[in-house]
Amino acid sequence: MSSTDIGTFHSVARTPYASSAEAEPPVTSNPADGPAWSNVKAPDARSQQSSTVTVTNGRRALKVFLSNPNALFGTSFLVFVIVIALLAPVLYPDDPLSMVGRPFLWPGQDSAFPLGTDSLGRDVLSGILHGSRISLFVGLTATALGLTFGVLVGSLAGYFGGWVDDVLVRLIEIFQTLPSFVLLVVLVAIAQPSATTVTLAIAVISWPTVARLTRAEFRAIREKDFVMAARSLGYGHARIIFREILPNALPPIIVTSSVMVATAILMESALSFMGLGDPNVVSWGSMIGTGRELVRTAWYLTALPGLAIVFTVLALNLIGDGLNDALNPRFSQDR
Amino acid sequence: MAPLLHVDNLTIRFPRAEPVSNLSFEIAEGETLAIVGESGSGKSLTALALMQLLPRAAKVASGRIRFNGRDLLQLDAREMRRLRGSEIAMIFQEPMTSLNPVMTIGRQIAEVLKVHERLSGRAARKRAIELLELVRIPAPEKRVDDYPHQLSGGMRQRVMIAMAVACKPKLLIADEPTTALDVTIQAQVLDLLDTLRRELQMAVVLITHDLGVVSQWADKVVVMYAGRKVEQALPGDLFNDPLHPYTRGLLAASPRLKNDFHYRDGALTEIPGSIVSAAGEAGCPFRPRCDQARASCGQRVPQLTIPAPDRLVACPFTSSIKAVPHAAAFSL
Repeated sequence: MSSTDIGTFHSVARTPYASSAEAEPPVTSNPADGPAWSNVKAPDARSQQSSTVTVTNGRRALKVFLSNPNALFGTSFLVFVIVIALLAPVLYPDDPLSMVGRPFLWPGQDSAFPLGTDSLGRDVLSGILHGSRISLFVGLTATALGLTFGVLVGSLAGYFGGWVDDVLVRLIEIFQTLPSFVLLVVLVAIAQPSATTVTLAIAVISWPTVARLTRAEFRAIREKDFVMAARSLGYGHARIIFREILPNALPPIIVTSSVMVATAILMESALSFMGLGDPNVVSWGSMIGTGRELVRTAWYLTALPGLAIVFTVLALNLIGDGLNDALNPRFSQDR
Repeated sequence: MAPLLHVDNLTIRFPRAEPVSNLSFEIAEGETLAIVGESGSGKSLTALALMQLLPRAAKVASGRIRFNGRDLLQLDAREMRRLRGSEIAMIFQEPMTSLNPVMTIGRQIAEVLKVHERLSGRAARKRAIELLELVRIPAPEKRVDDYPHQLSGGMRQRVMIAMAVACKPKLLIADEPTTALDVTIQAQVLDLLDTLRRELQMAVVLITHDLGVVSQWADKVVVMYAGRKVEQALPGDLFNDPLHPYTRGLLAASPRLKNDFHYRDGALTEIPGSIVSAAGEAGCPFRPRCDQARASCGQRVPQLTIPAPDRLVACPFTSSIKAVPHAAAFSL
């Protein structure tokens, strides 16, 4: 037998494998422990592994999220607002816009109206409770619409690239170059102001942000090996976009959407403040709008709904921060 | 019998470069063909061309790829998609990143079966467990619900193999399947591929730069340099009697364990220069690095000649090189 160098090399390489045919140690399945293998030989394995762990492991992300006091406060306050919004028709079955008492009752002056009444004798507490419904409805619905459209446009642009990307990016840029609030005012002024049109208008001005973010994520993930592997298995474009790439692109989109809800609530309030809201429903913005002329004599009429907006928006931002920490591997690493 | 895959004069062109030129080879059913060469020699691009997954900038400028009686270059996107994963499958170099991190391995394997064999969710899961067993993953019923990060590198590569062979492909392309794994796992994975090849009667294109892998697992070897086939032989012939100066250099550069030789005892042999040395020049692409180069090498690309049965070599001076004493240094 001719003993080549390679042959010798092989007999050496062959011996260990024959004996250790199935010697791979079972990896611990406890997600919090991390992998059992060492990173000595592959220093980059640690960073790769940690990013996948935090992205994939919902339970771990939830733990990080719940151990963050700010996020916890934000979540509980938001839950509180949602409960209020749901209970408002039960607690105050009457129309909050109807006159129920003497005008200009200060908070605490009359136990029937704990937060007082406004210039027309409408109950402020009832207004705030009912106002939370419209604020949350507009915030959540506008975000859901903007998110759906933005993710769709962004994923198509990012995934296909080429002329599809060019066309869609131009479309995004058209919306981004217009001052968004001016566009919003124009849109609402053209259409009849109602909860639906306000929601649609807010969705129209908020989708480009999501689209850009999604596009950037898709462009990065599209180049990953597992997407190439998916293509090599004969998957179609839709399957690759929605099953392979989108779940991996979600964390930053989720974080953004919580802030988007807050922005939508603020925009609705601003519109109502300017008198461009739905005149038939009470909202926090419209309450501030009607109270602003009396701000020197009856400041509580603007301050109370203002506080409601401040705390709700703050809660949503805190949730966004918490989600960012929990879902973003760079920040959750050392927690 | 007609070969399963016949690549005929394949040329791949980028706007400014031609990474693969006039490459031809054949694979019969159930055969393992190894494509060897250093980084940048066009091995991976050839694999991607077989899958029709070349990067956007790259174009197949000429040639034909006949697979099972059909020219892959003539198929439209939909037909090619149907072929991928079911008749031609591929496994990649990096098991760490080739699995979707947010999906359990069971669902990833089931997905292939749902796409190509229209299996229901329950049946696909059952097949996924069987496939995990086929690739020798212990406790497959439990492992099927694991996420990729819960598995070691070797296990992930096994999962990749399970996905690739799920639909019993006729041709499996393995693009450096063991480069990212350590040596003991390497041997296990290659052994598994070989077993599966026999059980499923697949042909395998094994792309590698590891000559040790070639000697043990290949039926036929193609040595590529700068996008061209420079030598083709049966592995035994190639290792006993390399003809092309590049092949000789490759073999000499492999670490030897003979006579307790250790790399601390002396420098490893190297091939001076790099693969880009000859970019844009006429003549033999290996000429700038070849210690046997002569003036005539710079005039035109050497043609493949048949020095012996089952052999091809693209160097006109192989017989004279043999007489050169330098060859004895390889201790063959």
